[in-house]
Amino acid sequence: MTVFVIRRLMQSMAVLLVTAFVVFLGVYAIGDPVEMLISPDASPAERAQVIASLGLDQPLWQQFFTFAWNAIHGDLGRSFVFNRPTISLIFERLPATLELTFTALVIALAIGIPLGLISGLKPNSKTDEAIMTGSILGFSLPSFWQGMMLIMIFSVWLGWLPSTGRGELGSFLGLQSSLFSIDGLTHLILPAVNLCLFKLALVIRLTRTGVRETMPLDFVKFARAKGISERRIVFVHVLKNILIPLITVIGMELGSMLAFAVVTETIFAWPGIGKLLIDSIMRLDRPVVVAYLLVIVSLFILINFVVDILYSLIDPRVRLGDAQ
Amino acid sequence: MTDPVLEVTNLSTHFPTRAGVIKAVDGVSFTVARRQIVGLVGESGSGKSITGFSILGLVDPPGHVASGSIRFNGEELTTKSAKDMRMIRGRRIAMIFQDPMMTLNPVLSIGTQMIETVRAHEKVSYAEARARSRDTLGLVGIASPEERLDAYPHQFSGGMRQRVAIAISLLHRPDLIIADEPTTALDVTIQSQILFEIKRLAQEFGMSLIWISHDLGVVATLAERVMVMYAGRIVEAGPVEDVLTYPAHPYTVGLMNAVPAAVPRGEPLRPIPGMAPSPLSRPLGCAFRDRCARATEICATEPAIALANAREWRCFHPHSWRAA
Repeated sequence: MTVFVIRRLMQSMAVLLVTAFVVFLGVYAIGDPVEMLISPDASPAERAQVIASLGLDQPLWQQFFTFAWNAIHGDLGRSFVFNRPTISLIFERLPATLELTFTALVIALAIGIPLGLISGLKPNSKTDEAIMTGSILGFSLPSFWQGMMLIMIFSVWLGWLPSTGRGELGSFLGLQSSLFSIDGLTHLILPAVNLCLFKLALVIRLTRTGVRETMPLDFVKFARAKGISERRIVFVHVLKNILIPLITVIGMELGSMLAFAVVTETIFAWPGIGKLLIDSIMRLDRPVVVAYLLVIVSLFILINFVVDILYSLIDPRVRLGDAQ
Repeated sequence: MTDPVLEVTNLSTHFPTRAGVIKAVDGVSFTVARRQIVGLVGESGSGKSITGFSILGLVDPPGHVASGSIRFNGEELTTKSAKDMRMIRGRRIAMIFQDPMMTLNPVLSIGTQMIETVRAHEKVSYAEARARSRDTLGLVGIASPEERLDAYPHQFSGGMRQRVAIAISLLHRPDLIIADEPTTALDVTIQSQILFEIKRLAQEFGMSLIWISHDLGVVATLAERVMVMYAGRIVEAGPVEDVLTYPAHPYTVGLMNAVPAAVPRGEPLRPIPGMAPSPLSRPLGCAFRDRCARATEICATEPAIALANAREWRCFHPHSWRAA
């Protein structure tokens, strides 16, 4: 296990370094931020001064080296637009995205797994068909359209839930989050539902397929022959086997949910990092984009790490770091 | 044969399909005496496994026991509720499956899978159930059973897994064990060990055993009585020695000749000509007549069961038979 953790940490460093380089290179190729930042009637001398102060006059490799050196020291540069450290900009907004994503994930799992089980245990029944049809909607309706419909129905027509913003933040154990105040929760429901619908459909389908594949296996029949109750067979024997593929996919999806909460955040004016990214791309605020991407990559690495650990807890055949 | 453990009368198990009803088991009658080991022999698709599953009430839907009676210790099983059947399975009738690689749940420890079997039927403490599981593991010849309880199936070889499965079937000292080709998937040296072990345990605990197999050799060494199944029917039954020395039914003769050891060295093997009839379109009368050298016109009518000297067969033209 320790060997696994150490090796994984080293791999993560390598991944981060390579991504940093690719991201830096890629972003460097986009437009010229100077055009955006300096008024068109600035003198060439002013212009040169701004370029020099931003370090844009240095050769690419040197810029990257400076960037990497600072990054190692926890400095991912200053935003051109806000003139503040990008890292604090991102961490200011990250909690909003995290609470949105995790709420969506919890909803997807809490509703998706039971529905998938019901579907898989009674395949081709009326209930199964209803659930499957619903999940096709979840899959195929575009996220932005779903979002607008949710606002239309629940905010405009019914007037039950607010349509934009994060609401009042409650605090609990020193953490500030919408989850801890009633107002915050009402603000959270619509965007979380919007973000979770696609994943919910995915979880339902994965669970259903898993049940369908596992139920005919010999060990299920053997468990029945032992006189085990049907409930224990489903919730222990079958579910634990299904969790293996489920965790793999959910791990990957969680990363993409974090990274691409952009659409939902834009529709519901949710002040998260997705919205920050879109704004920064529009304004060619390079340091923010680079820092955002690195933070997301780090989160991805972290999630994958957690998934691997969970894996070894659930599937005894997986033993981490057992170099033979 | 006073007070038999199992009395099956006219059992029929049907699988409705789009193309028609498959009569997997078609009017099968037999009894199993206390402490008796009965071999049930037949080729793939003859209905021998389905007969076993029918007794346990574990036929996969849409298959079902269409008619007939199964009396176990004098109690009718076919009319019992699902819950009552569950209380009999694993406690009074146990089953061992063919492929030990598939019968144990890969993500649950051996201990969990044994303890749940104990606790499914008896209100005992966890520690007590664990102690009994450990003792039973020791009984089937597994070294250091205490540590092995915490192991997972993938840490065992095929033969060891089959021993574990046997241990699970023995946990409640059942009256009857149905063994569905439990040695087919094992290599030959392990096969004979397991055979010997099961025979010893069955005698030690006074259990009856139905040994389902396609291997006449295995049945000859193990069973007292043999039943030969073909196309959903028992075509011949009797004491093992008598039947295997002087088989009456042409199918039994064919089955014995098809064993490579029955053919003198250098001569071609003697397979039974033709194929088993499709379960959807079995010919009327004797199902074997299209493959039988002795068949005449009368074989198009259903042969009655002939009885003599504890032997029975369904054939108009039996080979000369006598007691061995």
